[in-house]
Amino acid sequence: MSDGLRLDSLLLALLIALSAGFTLALGSDFASLATFQSIAFQLPELGLLSLAMMVAMLSGGIDLSIVAIANLAALAAATALVGFGPNPAGLWLGPLLGLAVAALAGAVNGGLVAWSGLSPILATLSTMTLYGGAALGLSRGGVVAGFPPAILWLGNGSVAGVPAPLVVFAAAALAVGVVLSATPFGVAVRMIGSNERAVRYAGVDTASVILRVYLLSGVLAGVAGLVMLARFNSAKAGSGDSYLLLTILAAVLGGVDPSGGRGRTTSLILALLVLQVIASGFNLLEVSAYLTLVTWGAVLLAVIARPALARAFLRRPETST
Amino acid sequence: MAEARFAPPERRHAAALALALAALVAGLSLASPQFLTLRNLVDVAQGAAFTGILAAGLLIVLISGGIDISFAAVASIAQYALATALGRIEGGWGLAFAVAGGVGLALGVVNGLLVHALAAPSIIVTIATMNVYYGLLVWFSGGRWLYDFPDWFAAGASLRLGAGPPLGLQTLVMIAAFAATSWLLHVSSAGRLVRAIGGDPEAARRLGVPLGRLRVAIYGYMGLLAGLAGLAQCQYVLSVAPNALVGRELDVVAALVIGGASLEGGVGGVPGALLGLALVAATGNGLTLVGASSYWRQVAIGAVVLASVLLTAVTRRRPPGGRRA
Repeated sequence: MSDGLRLDSLLLALLIALSAGFTLALGSDFASLATFQSIAFQLPELGLLSLAMMVAMLSGGIDLSIVAIANLAALAAATALVGFGPNPAGLWLGPLLGLAVAALAGAVNGGLVAWSGLSPILATLSTMTLYGGAALGLSRGGVVAGFPPAILWLGNGSVAGVPAPLVVFAAAALAVGVVLSATPFGVAVRMIGSNERAVRYAGVDTASVILRVYLLSGVLAGVAGLVMLARFNSAKAGSGDSYLLLTILAAVLGGVDPSGGRGRTTSLILALLVLQVIASGFNLLEVSAYLTLVTWGAVLLAVIARPALARAFLRRPETST
Repeated sequence: MAEARFAPPERRHAAALALALAALVAGLSLASPQFLTLRNLVDVAQGAAFTGILAAGLLIVLISGGIDISFAAVASIAQYALATALGRIEGGWGLAFAVAGGVGLALGVVNGLLVHALAAPSIIVTIATMNVYYGLLVWFSGGRWLYDFPDWFAAGASLRLGAGPPLGLQTLVMIAAFAATSWLLHVSSAGRLVRAIGGDPEAARRLGVPLGRLRVAIYGYMGLLAGLAGLAQCQYVLSVAPNALVGRELDVVAALVIGGASLEGGVGGVPGALLGLALVAATGNGLTLVGASSYWRQVAIGAVVLASVLLTAVTRRRPPGGRRA
């Protein structure tokens, strides 16, 4: 726990230093409502996907199929939305269909991991190809576009000045945070991440917990898919593929232990803010977007170097990974 | 892991895989008379060579209990260095191999040093270096495509064995890569050290295995082969684009995992890797020959991957709810 708080203060200090630096360099161009708005519109997509990744990683697993699920869910919702046309029922049924598809895809992942003995990385690597392929096959590689304004509001509207995607992300993060820290399910997820066998011997139905972990991960990916659909007014197989490895980067930067058991939603949000402030600041400085990737990678390396540096200075014996 | 070891699990798995491949080949040659021709098989090998060269390197990384996500970025950087060098310096194949291999080796060594020094999971370290490498590449190259190659490079190189169709440069590099990996894993004493750190790094360290030097060598070898894969691919398509190779990482992992390499380290071998590679390549080629819709191709390949890894899981009999990637 104290390690988590230390990470939080490090990330917070990084966030303040970055904001101060960009404000010094850019003045009111950076410290403005427009910057806040751009961050608030861009953060939720990566944020929702990172939440989905975090849930799987906490249980000691990983979910490589989240972007494929997001696209499949968005395509299902998009097809229904276009199919219903002006009929207002589509406004509910389209997104619901998308979420149902995402939940089903997540449950398939969960079933594979829980019962087949397949390691999570292999199960979700295979389903990533399957779901991505299904999205490609069903859409014939095309784009489904043109949705009612009520749907577009989810991606581009605001509630009292707060962008709607940020509201969606905040609600999802709050729900995930509460579920993970204050329910028996959340405790079981962390325990499974620390020592799955011990939890199973203690009489917990680990298979059912794992099933629900990937179900939750799938639904969160589905929500991300709906937000992406609304923001770009289109759905397409293969969009946002580059987010996949970035979600792992964000989760690890946010202190999620890749081998499971540890990680907090608040740290993840701080990590996402750090990444997004770097992206927005560089964008305003008109630096290449690719330098953002370089900096993100370097920040991750610096953060994971902390234990090794501490060991080097405290001269404790090395433990290898 | 290793519970009942009456028949080595690798050999049992390879036998099952060989059966599956034989069934697939039989089905495909019935469905399309062109499939089982020497010319088509040579083409399949040529098309699979890029993935194959990378697989020969990644196999050793996986057996050592690590993973490398950055190799596509490394291959892209090697291609840019190669294309730039060929445009400025007079030289032949020696120069081409030295530049592409050297750049790859250097970046791989950086990965190895970081994996060892940070004592962090290699998947995380190489995701970070992938972002750094790829971002730097696009930043410095400005995202430009390069098309200008000397005539001798564009003409390529090939070797004709007997009366058959000639084997291209790509296939030759792949054969050399697998030969080197076989020797390293199955003949040299380094192979035993690699398996040892994959099985239990702490035990290996206490037995005096030099973890740091070994890791630098393992990731350096991966980088070297990534550089050569970049050369082979660039000679195949005669163009270099910054984003052409990114996204191919998981294909290579899939081929190896089908071939029985475990992501937990310690397990895997060249015969399995070759069979896994052949299974994926034959599926893709067969679907094209049979005239299957290209939109559904990925689903078919995904189904083959899933079926194979399920087969592995069942033959290995892991406890349910297996954790850890």
